[in-house]
Amino acid sequence: MKVVSKETISPEVEPIDPAAVKQELLRKVPTKVARKRAKQIVINSLAENQDVPEIGANTRTIPGIITQRGCTYAGCKGVVLGPTRDIVNITHGPIGCGFYSWLTRRNQTRAQEPAGENFMTYCFSTDMQEEDIVFGGEKKLRAAIQEAYDLFKPKAISVFSTCPVGLIGDDVHSVTREMKEQLGINVFAFSCEGYKGVSQSAGHHIANNGLFTHIVGLDDTVQEGKYKINLLGEYNIGGDAFEIDRILKDCGITLVATFSGNSSYDQFANSHTADLNTIMCHRSINYVAEMMETKFGIPWIKINFIGAEASAKTLRKIANYFEDPELIERVEEVIAREMPEVIKVRDEIRARCQGKLAMLFVGGSRAHHYQELFAEIGMKTISAGYEFAHRDDYEGRHVLPNLKVDADSRNIEELEVHPDPERYRPRKSAEDLARMQENGFRFKDYDGMMREMAAGTLVIDDISQYETERLLEIYKPAIFCAGIKEKFAVQKSGIPMKQLHSYDSGGPYAGFKGAINFYREIDRMVNSQIWTYLKAPWQENPELAAKYACD
Amino acid sequence: MLLRHTPKEINPRKALTINPAKTCQPIGAMYAALGIHSCLPHSHGSQGCCAYHRSTLTRHYKEPVMAATSSFTEGASVFGGQANLVQAIDNIFTIYDPDVIAVHTTCLSETIGDDIPQIARKAEADGKIPSGKFVIHVNTPSYVGTHVTGFANMTKAMVDYFAKSTGTRANRINIIPGYVEPSDMEEIKRIAEMMGVPIVLFPDTSNVLNRPQTGKYEMFPKGGVTVEALMSTGDSMATIGLGRMASSPAARALDTKCKVPCEILDLPIGFKATDRFVDTLRKTAAINVPDALNEERGRLLDIVTDMHQYFYGRKVALAGDADQLIALTEFLVSIDMWPVHIVTGTAGKDFEARIREITRNVPHPVNVSAPADMFLLHQWIKNEPVDLLIGNTYLKYIARDEDIPLVRFGFPILDRVGHSYFPTVGYRGGMRLLEKILDALMDRQDRDAPEESFELVM
Ligand code: SF4
Ligand code: SF4
Repeated sequence: MKVVSKETISPEVEPIDPAAVKQELLRKVPTKVARKRAKQIVINSLAENQDVPEIGANTRTIPGIITQRGCTYAGCKGVVLGPTRDIVNITHGPIGCGFYSWLTRRNQTRAQEPAGENFMTYCFSTDMQEEDIVFGGEKKLRAAIQEAYDLFKPKAISVFSTCPVGLIGDDVHSVTREMKEQLGINVFAFSCEGYKGVSQSAGHHIANNGLFTHIVGLDDTVQEGKYKINLLGEYNIGGDAFEIDRILKDCGITLVATFSGNSSYDQFANSHTADLNTIMCHRSINYVAEMMETKFGIPWIKINFIGAEASAKTLRKIANYFEDPELIERVEEVIAREMPEVIKVRDEIRARCQGKLAMLFVGGSRAHHYQELFAEIGMKTISAGYEFAHRDDYEGRHVLPNLKVDADSRNIEELEVHPDPERYRPRKSAEDLARMQENGFRFKDYDGMMREMAAGTLVIDDISQYETERLLEIYKPAIFCAGIKEKFAVQKSGIPMKQLHSYDSGGPYAGFKGAINFYREIDRMVNSQIWTYLKAPWQENPELAAKYACD
Repeated sequence: MLLRHTPKEINPRKALTINPAKTCQPIGAMYAALGIHSCLPHSHGSQGCCAYHRSTLTRHYKEPVMAATSSFTEGASVFGGQANLVQAIDNIFTIYDPDVIAVHTTCLSETIGDDIPQIARKAEADGKIPSGKFVIHVNTPSYVGTHVTGFANMTKAMVDYFAKSTGTRANRINIIPGYVEPSDMEEIKRIAEMMGVPIVLFPDTSNVLNRPQTGKYEMFPKGGVTVEALMSTGDSMATIGLGRMASSPAARALDTKCKVPCEILDLPIGFKATDRFVDTLRKTAAINVPDALNEERGRLLDIVTDMHQYFYGRKVALAGDADQLIALTEFLVSIDMWPVHIVTGTAGKDFEARIREITRNVPHPVNVSAPADMFLLHQWIKNEPVDLLIGNTYLKYIARDEDIPLVRFGFPILDRVGHSYFPTVGYRGGMRLLEKILDALMDRQDRDAPEESFELVM
């Protein structure tokens, strides 16, 4: 095998030729499939102008391949709306879809005790039966909304369509419109049937459109606070949003709304009064940021609270946006206060983790963000990829103008948004924007994952089970990160596996305290003795001693 | 409070299900298919269902759960999923090489009306099914029945596709274990072996969903009933189906197809139901029950007689699948506990009648509803508190809010281990259940006892 320069990967691993690995991944699969997968398996390189190779992404999943991906409904109801506590989210469909998305994502929420609303612990479903499929489910849906209202008197009720609903043609939107009028509360629906789009990603877009159309902008109350921001694409898995909240508060930054970890309906309604949108997960939520910029004049920036250095950078970026020396100073104080503990733990753990290999195949942003944390303890990401991201999440937003819109993406409505005649208020003048950009401040920009990965690493979109197994055999990484479906096959091959959707039972991993948690967690996983017991003594030394103990 | 919006006052609901005590057909079909050796379950529909079913089974077993999907997009939803399934079959055999692909449908492909056998024939004609390999299928629309129906249907498909009668009867009994854990399947095999009765157990997820850590992952592990064994079921002298809902369709299909007579029994949970199971095996195979098994029975009974004061008159609320609840209720009643609230999402009239019959001597009113959900169960509990909850993990929210001990039993258990390794069927399974019940009740007594009456010896 050809030798890759050792520095690019790791001094401790046998140099492995990524081209040969790619060939191996494609060797066994049918030709047509290999052709498609070849575009989604890319050997990373960085041109002088920072360009990375093109990758196939957001294309149809190949049937039978054993994919990680889920459906549009999961992206809409599960990911984006799932963490909202005070909306009664009714799944319109047969029982399964609602059942499986019931509390399984570890989004934490803190409702006010004792009276605050919290419906997250409940699963609401129309549980469609055969007669509903045959004769239509609108009547049952209407009745279900009424029953939910009678029982709970919530602020809002939303409805999520599952696959069969689209096929039988239930008009969920007219039902919700009617019920909204009748009940006098906000009632709205999402046409997020699982077959739309090619992955969860379509569901994110549909959720964004719905939030924007039905909630954002309903409440014009301007909150107290000098520096008001929204946090977008943070779902409070394992308490991440709580840690971010803590840090922002310490800096004196006011969080108007989080989309959608630990969120409430009122926050969404009020979110257009913020002065900056900050985006954690670019993939799932950039649409809302774009639309809010057009309609209300709120700029957006990409940030990242995964990684201690990244968190510090993020705080500085937010402070620089407001161009206020007081805030800039405060932020530096917070960073200076938080970092020593981080550095202490980091350095101790780095000594044990240095040079070990990690692989990350997950989601639409975490496979990128978590590379930061691994790098902080000296671990190398040898291969990574997203489950449902698009090319811009891999290669950077500059590819956006060249993206082909295929039939599957065209299915998802692009809302036409215009400046709000009364409420459009540019937070920065055109001159300010120009000046800031000239000074290197970057608005609405995301460089993607690949520019930050070493040359010679493998970037793989929508990795299959087969490819996962081959990669494990070839590279024997110290740790593999993905989701619950992948977890135990990886561990059964003797390699520790960290879930980066649900964090297993851990977290928070965001911010400074989160970084410390993550270092410790990875240290526990990659340096534990438990992986050394795989063979019994007689399996290691099978030869028989011809002696009895009593001899 | 976690379920703070659940009111005590009960108003009937017709359209809205809240906190279901059931889930959908395909997950049961997937689970059953994993009990065939070297079989890859395949979900014919959009990929979300498959992802959800795999995730839920994985969380329950903490084991790899592999299954493929036809990954429908909008096009397939309009024009049908033939091309997707043919391609999936080709990919699966080429890349993963199982002996069997077990296709089940989803709400989507059912609503479209895809004809799976026709598509499978097309795949065969196109040369996509290697010789000696099989594609079997079952229809599992989730707007009919529940996860148990899906299990029952896939198990029946094993008969439909594989069972053959050669005309020669073999000295062997088929046992269909019902929708139980791999540990339970193992225990049923152990009991039959103790009794010296040759059996074919299908499906059999033991050593598939409770396999050892070896450092070597195999997509198709040792466990599972082989195709050969499934074929041989048509020659067996009898079939015992455990659990009416989960097992009778397959047992009856064997009778119709291969004239193998069948007996449908309750799941062998608790000593009465286990007695009936053992007795049926004994009579069918014409053998004597070995002493070792009598001793196991005696030990179970010994716990009951030793600890009766802790069971007597304790009120229990139950949620779960009908087959399990019937046997479990009988067990609890037989040791003088009082099951007072019982819900299942899985069944109707027969279930209610059966529970009424089992509980007719319980000196306390009994609420039973089917189909019903856990929201109703919670409301009943608010009106009539209980000493113990038995059911799946979702009951922990009620347990915490109402401060009632919970014994995890059924599907899914997402937050504890044990169920895949230690059975609840048979006499030994009964002992484990009683241990869990006693631990829960006695830990609670220890926690709540005033200092002066805190007991050392219990
Ligand atoms: S669509 Fe049907 S099969 Fe799929 S998860 Fe929902 S209920 Fe189950
Ligand atoms: S039926 Fe559709 S919406 Fe429901 S889980 Fe399956 S793919 Fe998703």
